[in-house]
Amino acid sequence: MTTTIPQQPTPEQAPDGAPLLQASGVIMRFGGLTAVRDVDLTVNTGEIVGLIGPNGAGKTTFFNCLTGLYVPTEGTVSYRGTVLPPKPHLVTKAGIARTFQNIRLFANMTVLENVLVGRHTRTREGLMSALIRGPGYHRAEARSRARAMELLEFTGLAAKADHLARNLPYGEQRKLEIARALASEPGLLLLDEPTAGMNPQETRATEELVFAVRDQGIAVLVIEHDMRFIFNLCDRVAVLVQGEKLVEGSSEVVQQDERVIAAYLGEPFEAAPAEGQQTTGEQENDR
Amino acid sequence: MTDIPLATAEAVLAPDTGRRTAPFIPLPRNAARAATLAGAVVTIASTFMSWTYTTDFPGDLTVSGYPGGLQVMTLIGAIITGVVALGAFRLKGAAWLNPSRSNNSVLLLALATLGTTWYTVIDIAAKLGGIANLDPGGFVAAVGSLLLFAGALALPIDRRPQEPADAEYYELGRFEKSALVVRSYVWLREARLHHADMRVADARKLNPWLQRLVIVVVYALGLKILTFGLATDYSDIFLGYLIVVAVGLWGLGAGGLLRQFQQLTHRNKRFAATVGIIAAAAYPFAQNNEHWANLGVSVLIVGTVALGLNIVVGLTGLLDLGYVAFLGVGAYAAALVSGSQFSIWSGVQFPFWAAAITGMAAACVFGVLIGAPTLRLRGDYLAIVTLGFGEIFRIVVRNLDGVSGPKVTNGPNGIAQIPDLSIFGYNLGANHDIGSFTLGRFANYYLLMLVITMIVVLVFTRAADSRIGRSWIAIREDETAATAMGINGFRVKLVAFALGASLAGLAGTVFAHVTNSVVPDPYQFSGPVPPNSAFLLAAVVLGGMGTVSGPIVGAALLYVIPEKLDFLSKYELFAFGLALILIMRFRPEGIIPNRRRQLEFHEDETTAPGKRPLGDDTVPAATAGA
Repeated sequence: MTTTIPQQPTPEQAPDGAPLLQASGVIMRFGGLTAVRDVDLTVNTGEIVGLIGPNGAGKTTFFNCLTGLYVPTEGTVSYRGTVLPPKPHLVTKAGIARTFQNIRLFANMTVLENVLVGRHTRTREGLMSALIRGPGYHRAEARSRARAMELLEFTGLAAKADHLARNLPYGEQRKLEIARALASEPGLLLLDEPTAGMNPQETRATEELVFAVRDQGIAVLVIEHDMRFIFNLCDRVAVLVQGEKLVEGSSEVVQQDERVIAAYLGEPFEAAPAEGQQTTGEQENDR
Repeated sequence: MTDIPLATAEAVLAPDTGRRTAPFIPLPRNAARAATLAGAVVTIASTFMSWTYTTDFPGDLTVSGYPGGLQVMTLIGAIITGVVALGAFRLKGAAWLNPSRSNNSVLLLALATLGTTWYTVIDIAAKLGGIANLDPGGFVAAVGSLLLFAGALALPIDRRPQEPADAEYYELGRFEKSALVVRSYVWLREARLHHADMRVADARKLNPWLQRLVIVVVYALGLKILTFGLATDYSDIFLGYLIVVAVGLWGLGAGGLLRQFQQLTHRNKRFAATVGIIAAAAYPFAQNNEHWANLGVSVLIVGTVALGLNIVVGLTGLLDLGYVAFLGVGAYAAALVSGSQFSIWSGVQFPFWAAAITGMAAACVFGVLIGAPTLRLRGDYLAIVTLGFGEIFRIVVRNLDGVSGPKVTNGPNGIAQIPDLSIFGYNLGANHDIGSFTLGRFANYYLLMLVITMIVVLVFTRAADSRIGRSWIAIREDETAATAMGINGFRVKLVAFALGASLAGLAGTVFAHVTNSVVPDPYQFSGPVPPNSAFLLAAVVLGGMGTVSGPIVGAALLYVIPEKLDFLSKYELFAFGLALILIMRFRPEGIIPNRRRQLEFHEDETTAPGKRPLGDDTVPAATAGA
């Protein structure tokens, strides 16, 4: 339960407590299938919020609704008080960045170029500026590169800036995804299973990275199956089961909730098993 | 195996890629060396003899004491092979031609010599009806080149490592059980040459002035070789020339010479670019022949258009099968404002700069009009829709003849008698004497087109290496991830589409004036005569996607080779297809590889993941093409 990153103990409520992301009544239907049912979720500034649930609970679908990859059937998502348009690039521009469950780097670009692409929304140089290459262009490009190198430094990838993303080992690809997301200078970072497939050491390193991100004033919403990771990390945890939000609260509250235990392990005694019947479209919807 | 390592590369390579050195024919070392050198000498001597009795064979091969026609090819091939062999045998003074000291270089050059010599001998016998038509010189040449090649085969060749004894070859399917097939397959696999990781001396340690001198000499030599090839009168000679140049370049590449040259051009980028431009501009002065100047213009036009297409296909990854329509839009726009009496605005005659802007703007508008509805589609759907729009353009233009539609383009008759351009009082249609040279009409247009090509190259390189270029590549790599990173996919794709269209339109304005008239027929999807969309796409794919020089080289090869080999004319499309299949099989990244693609396609061969850093531009690990 201890982390190695030195930090001031954060109170249960976020320092200023201002709501950053507010999803209210989000419903996502695919034909007759309701993947997300009426989910409300709030992320406050400076918070790390976890989103857990069994496979197929609709976590990634909910993420996709938040980031504009899906247009929610009903409900609204607002960021800093303004309703987000359902366009991924506008959501990113507004200040929400994300990573993907199955790593989606630009495989044939270098590590540095990947991060530079992440800077897209924070730079303005268009085609004309690129063709004319005035002093403003060079300044902006130099600034972008400096900022990208900073982020690579932060994630520990600076030495590999010139490698192709595809040639990085798995753990570093995950880190690069985070660096790329951070390049868009977000206020909220959405991480979709950042430690999937990692060994315990790598998971620890990711944990520290997430804390370091939070310490920069960026709120984090993280999906994860690794419970130790989630409960170490999160100020608040929400549990999604079959598209519905079951519980939300501190780690202790969630860990002791019988419904959560039932959702993961099945009902005790002879009650009908809840496992194996969850059929929501999480996996296939990611593409 | 089709390794023509034009790619830049460094000596900083993983040495553990595994290589085995063994001759194909077991002979004592000195015997092999002697055979090689003797073969070279005999072959050289044979070119000074008469090869045939009659002068019926293309190029005069009857003269003793002086090589002519195809004999020159054999002579050059044999001399270079001999010198490179001396280099491989570590003779001082000859070493520079074979920096890696690899015998692979000798073997490939010997193959080039053998190929062109035997081609000539067989061609003489076939053309003139029988071996009886060969003079003793012909037999000496055949034997000499064979000796040379056999000698080279007996030298220790750098090859792939031995196949593991327990290897299984599932790819052989049901032939896997046949011992003979498996044994020959294993032999073939072990016979594959492997020289990509050979160490070569760093050419950048040369005196800087010497480096520049080398660049100048190489470009001059390149221009000389190019014009020599173009000036060949017969397709027989050109084919012999092609064998020597293609296999010879492969051989010199195996020796690491091309790698060293690339180190030089990379170090002296600006200088090399300047010399390259001067060499290109010197082309019309190198030979006073309007036909070849015309060829030069055509190559530059299709090359430039292919470079524009490369933005759309190579960088952004949008397969556009109707791209030639934008060339057509530019050409028609320029024709309409050219002052031609067949134009509906026959009184209007724009100066060239205004016509060029008109052509670009018209193509750009057309690009946006086509792009806006179609770019919402991805992949195959986009390809099909662009194919449709390309054909729509041609059919619409065909019908705007005043009968089945409003009279704009004169239908199939097109707009004829487009007057020649005049820029600052310089009439491009007339001959101009500069010193002792006469610049004809096509030479004038060649120089104009060269300026335009340079502009397009500049636009391409600057756009590719910028925020917008990165977002294009990101879209090509993963569109969903790119939009999630804040890239407005539709808008960025539209910019790429419009930019590509504008560049094609710009080339189209010159195209209209060069050909004097515009008609709808060339602007189709595929056809025997360039430009058509399939040709342009083939130029991009063959040359190398996402590179600057790739599409230009690809367009040049696809244009010049059928032009010179007239017996191909019936089978041109067939030959295209064959060339594309071979390229896709053996060198999918194109003749001039983009470093990204090179790594993508040959990762399993020499670039184990993470083993080799890509580095910055000075360490592009692009030698994996073996």
